[in-house]
Parts: sequence; C-alpha cells; structure tokens
Amino acid sequence: MSVIAEIKRQKRNSPWSELVRRIEHGDVIFRTLTVVAGLLVVLVTAATGFELWQNSALARAKFGLDFLTGTNWDPVIEDFGALPFLYGTIQTSIFALLIAVPIGLGIAIFLSELAPAWLRQPLGFLVELLAAVPSVIFGLWGLYVFVPSVVKPFAQFLNDNLGFLPIFQGPVFGPSRLAATLILSIMVLPTLVAISRDVFLAIPNAQREGALGLGATQWEMITQNLIPYGLSGILGAIILALGRAMGETIAVTMVIGNNLDLSASLLHPGYTMASIIANEFTEATTDLYREALIEIGLVLFALTLLVNIIARLLVWRVARRIPTEARA
Amino acid sequence: MFKSSGLIALLMMAFALFAAACAPTAAPTSAPVVQTVVVKETAAPQVITATPGAPAPASGSLAMNGAGATFPFPLYSKWFYDYAFVDPTVKFNYQSIGSGGGIAQITAKTVDFGASDAILNDEQLAKAAGIQMFPTVAGAEVLAYNLLGEDGKPITALLKLPYTATADIFLGKITKWNDPILQQANPDIKLPAKDIIVVHRSDGSGTTYIFTDYLSKVSPEWKEKVGNATSVKWPTGLGGKGNEGVSGLVSQNDGAIGYVELAYALTNKLPYGIPQNKAGEYVDVGKTPEGVQQAMSDFGANLGDKLAISIVDAPGKNSYPIAGYTYLLNYMNQEDCTKGKKFVEFFKWALTEGTKDATDLKYVPLPDDVKQQVLGKLDKMTCKGNPL
Repeated sequence: MSVIAEIKRQKRNSPWSELVRRIEHGDVIFRTLTVVAGLLVVLVTAATGFELWQNSALARAKFGLDFLTGTNWDPVIEDFGALPFLYGTIQTSIFALLIAVPIGLGIAIFLSELAPAWLRQPLGFLVELLAAVPSVIFGLWGLYVFVPSVVKPFAQFLNDNLGFLPIFQGPVFGPSRLAATLILSIMVLPTLVAISRDVFLAIPNAQREGALGLGATQWEMITQNLIPYGLSGILGAIILALGRAMGETIAVTMVIGNNLDLSASLLHPGYTMASIIANEFTEATTDLYREALIEIGLVLFALTLLVNIIARLLVWRVARRIPTEARA
Repeated sequence: MFKSSGLIALLMMAFALFAAACAPTAAPTSAPVVQTVVVKETAAPQVITATPGAPAPASGSLAMNGAGATFPFPLYSKWFYDYAFVDPTVKFNYQSIGSGGGIAQITAKTVDFGASDAILNDEQLAKAAGIQMFPTVAGAEVLAYNLLGEDGKPITALLKLPYTATADIFLGKITKWNDPILQQANPDIKLPAKDIIVVHRSDGSGTTYIFTDYLSKVSPEWKEKVGNATSVKWPTGLGGKGNEGVSGLVSQNDGAIGYVELAYALTNKLPYGIPQNKAGEYVDVGKTPEGVQQAMSDFGANLGDKLAISIVDAPGKNSYPIAGYTYLLNYMNQEDCTKGKKFVEFFKWALTEGTKDATDLKYVPLPDDVKQQVLGKLDKMTCKGNPL
C-alpha cells in the first residue's frame, strides 16, 4: 500500500482530521469572513429600506400612492407630493449622463488606446483627482463661477437659437436644471473614465491584433471590437455614474434654483429629491412634514434600487449575447 | 437570468426576515434626529474664535448639552465660550441642528436645553409638558438687492419699500423695478424698467419663518395663499440654500431681491431695502437697531405666560417691522438640580453681561420690560418641585 493511498484512506475515515486540515489552510475562516461581509451588505440595505418604510408610516397612510403623482409641496397646509422632485432627479441625471457618457468614453479610449505612454499616467491621475473634490466645492464653484460665467450665457445661446424646442424654453435664469445637469456631468466623469479605462485595458491584446490583422482600421477596431467586448463593464460604469448623479445632494441644491417647476425646459429652475431633504429636514417641525421628507428618501431609495436591477438585467443580457459575436 | 432572480430572491428573503424580526419589538418610530453639527446660518462666522489670544479655560466637570436653532448659533457659541471664564465648572455644548431638531430633542429629553426660532404650537407644547420658552435676543431681516441703474452703475442706496410692496413683490404682483409704487417711494433713485427676480431661502429656516410671518401680517392675500412656516410654497422666484445661497443668487442676478439677516447684509456690505412700518415710517435698522427693541417693547405687555410672541409689523413709530425673537427651551421643573441651577445662572449672565456680545454680532438684546419678565420666569424654576 502506497503512502498516498494511506493518507487518502485516513482522510476519508476521519472527518475530524478533514476539518482540522481545512481550518489549518484557512478555507473555513476565509469562507466565513466573506459570507459575513456579503450578508452585511444585504443587511445594511434591507435595514435602510426598512427604517425608511417604518419612519414614513404617517405620510404613507395620509397620501397613499397619490404621493408619487402629487405636484404640491406645501408645508403650511401639510400637503405633500413627490412628483416635482422625482421629475427633477430623473431629468437632471439622465441629461447629465447623456453629456458625460460620450465624453467619458472618449477620455477612456484616449487613455487606454491612443495617448502616448508618457501622457497616460498624469492625465489619468488628473481625472481621478476630480473624484476627490468635495461636492460642496463643486456647489460653491458652480454657484459663484460656473453658473454666471458659463451656464447663463450658454442657456441664453440655447434659448436664442433652439428656443422653439420645449426643453430650451425661457425665461433664462442662471440657476436651473441645466446648471445642475452640467455640474453633475462633470462630477460623474471620473467614475465613468476610471472604470471604462480599466475595462479597455483588461481586454486581451489578441483582440486588437486580430482585428488589425484582418485589416480593420483603428476606428473599426475600437468601435467594432473593443466597445462590444467591454460593453458589460462600460454599462457597469454608467450604472455607478447614474447612482452618483441621482444621489448627489449639496452641489445640485446650490445651483438648481429649488423651485417646484414641472415644465420640460432645462433652463427653468427645478428641484431634486436629495435637495428637498437636505433643504427642509432640519427645520421640519411637525411629524407629518418630517415623515413626508423621509418618504421622499424612500422613493429615492426605491428608484435607485429599480434602476440598478434594470441595469443589472441589461448587463446580463448583453454579457450573454456578446461572446458569440465579438469574442468568437 | 437564473443568477439574477436568485440574487433578488435572496435580497427579498433577507428583507422579509429582517422585517419579521423587528416587527414585534415595537420598531422605533421616534424622530431620527440628525446629530451632525451644521453651521448653516453663517451670519458672522469670524466671531466663533472669540477673544483671540486668551486660552480657553479647562473644560468644566459638568456638561450642559443643548441643540436647536441655527440663527443664534454664532451668538450662543460666543456666549458659551465667554461664560467658561465666568464659571469654569460648567461646559456648554451647543449643536445647531435646526429648530425642528431642537424641539424634538428637548421633548425627548436627550439634551439639557433646546433652542428654537419658531414659536411652539399647542400640539408641540402638549407633547413636552411643563416646557417653557425663554426669549434670548431678537434679530432683524432686510431685503438685499442687486440692481444696475440705467447708467449701468449699481444702485446702492437704501431702498424704501411701501407697506404692502414687499408682499406684492414676493407674491409676483409687482414685477418691474420701475413700478409706480416703488418709484414714488424712492424719488431720489431712478429705478430702471427691469424685471424683479425674487430670491428666497430654499432650506427650512427661522429666517423664513419670521419673514413669512411678516408677509402674513401685512398682506391678507399672502396669509391666505401662502401662509407662515419655516418653509413655504413660494409663488415665484429662485431658492438659494442658506444666507450665502440667497446672497449669491442676489449678487449674480441684475434685478434680484431677497431677504437675509441684517448681520449678513452688513458684514457682506450688500445694498438693502427696508419696509415701511405700520405707522408709515422707514426705520433704517442697519443704523438704528433700537428699532427692533422698540418692536419688542410694543408687544412687551402681551408676552404672557408663554413668553413668546410674534413681533413683526409692530405698531410703534420707531419700530422695525421684520424681526423675531429666538428662544431657549427648558422645563420649568428640573430633574437635575445642579443643571437647573447652572442654566438659570448662565441665563441671567447672558441677559446682563452677555448683551455686549449680542450687540457686537448685530443681534438685538431684550429691552428692559421684556428682560424683567424673563428674569421673573427664571426665578420661578423649580427642581423636583422645590425652588432652585
């Protein structure tokens, strides 16, 4: 009987020694730690949702589902509806992504494919530095510099030339949904760039060589090979950016004008869900008022969850479809 | 696809389990009180570093914790700093979390005293049985504006706003700067034919409470359509966060007007307007803060047991119309005798020695008749039913 066979036999016969072996090598401990860490995320998310649900009971009982479609927000008569804020949050974050995604992808492709080696590090570093700027700085800079010197003239230009479109109708104010949109698009840029650059860098060189070898130009290689190959990662970056845009509070509050306006125009002042909470929570002196604000938080939480789930499903769909086409 | 539904199911299960686990234990419904210290009303931020050079005395053995209104925060910080030299055995901590938070915390007795700019309503008083409001100082508000004249130069003169003009501007009824009502009241200024851009606070604040209180008093239409609260549904205009947000929007928009605290307008040298008072006079509160004391005295006899009253639209000839008290909140019957005693000692100091700090920071100290009533009430405070 060989030694190895003997060891194998002992292992089979002694569950104790099997356990000792696994603990010695750290498998069990590591497994337990990661499971706990994973559960913690679920627990925190669930607890947040539960607290928001629990603490908005009064408002939910009073307004029901009409809360979502109510256009009035009047603390004096205690009539509360979430629609202006829901609308503002969705409108500003979608438009911010429409601006930021092409620019962000452009920067990421430049950094990973086209930039000379000496430029990649410093440029990438600069973009990531944007992510470290506190949002209150973006807000103050927006209010005192960006809005008067860039947004207002730009808004005037849009209104003069494209004023026939509902989204560019006047009158033109400085603080507006456009101001919030532009600030947001700058703020989500680092997230988009950093993640999609890493996605591009992770694509095996064989993909590039194969495409070029078949006679593709650089443009064709990037658009027909690299982007489809990295699409699920890029979508992931967009989802994270959307999350940041929807949750951004202080910078938006400072430049959006804080008005219940429900018009389509981007040039009008608006309001977001995060802003109304930041604005009014500290001085919400009655129970119903405070709980209505917490319910706004609940709606924002649900919206974020919904967007994430939809986006996740989209990523899975794309990830399943791509291999047969691009990675063949 | 399978993986995704599995994950969602797991999440839902965790959610359900958690909900079930918590349900029987009467889940907390009390107010989640924000604990962070937010200095929003930056009326005079430089004052927090009071008496430079003098080292702060060692922190006292007894900690008195308070929370609430943001409007008096610069003054309270200075008071508590200075008082540490007077009585080193006690250390006051004050968190300016907002009047709503202050009322909630003193009601729940998680702090030793609260602070509020708003007058507690009957419901709030009933919830905190035995609570008393003590006025500490008053503050005035003015209408900061930014207007380029027809010659392209900024107008900086004191703008006079006839009795109901402020309300009409904020209701969106007066929309042009050269409206005859405004032009007639300001014969020395050539007002241009520009649109008025109304700017208001977007965050809930005691400043808004006092301002909308004033508008409700002078304009029945405002009272009916909008009303009086720490945040209201504004009929028109842009919202800026904090005094700095309002002044930022005002200073960037030619033709803008918005309400700010007097101290903020003075320290930032903003041109401002003042409303006509009930007697038909214009009192430049920036030069004569006594106008606010006069307003307090006008209503002094009506303070009553509650020690709280609105002082806007005061009838006196020399009274300034947009002003309000800010209050400390505490229970008349104290559970901790030492803390009760220290509170009264501090308050008496604040109403006498502390008035200098108040004037320095452009707050207005109580006039004598009001002060006597507050001191009288302080003397009636008890501890476990016995006099302090």
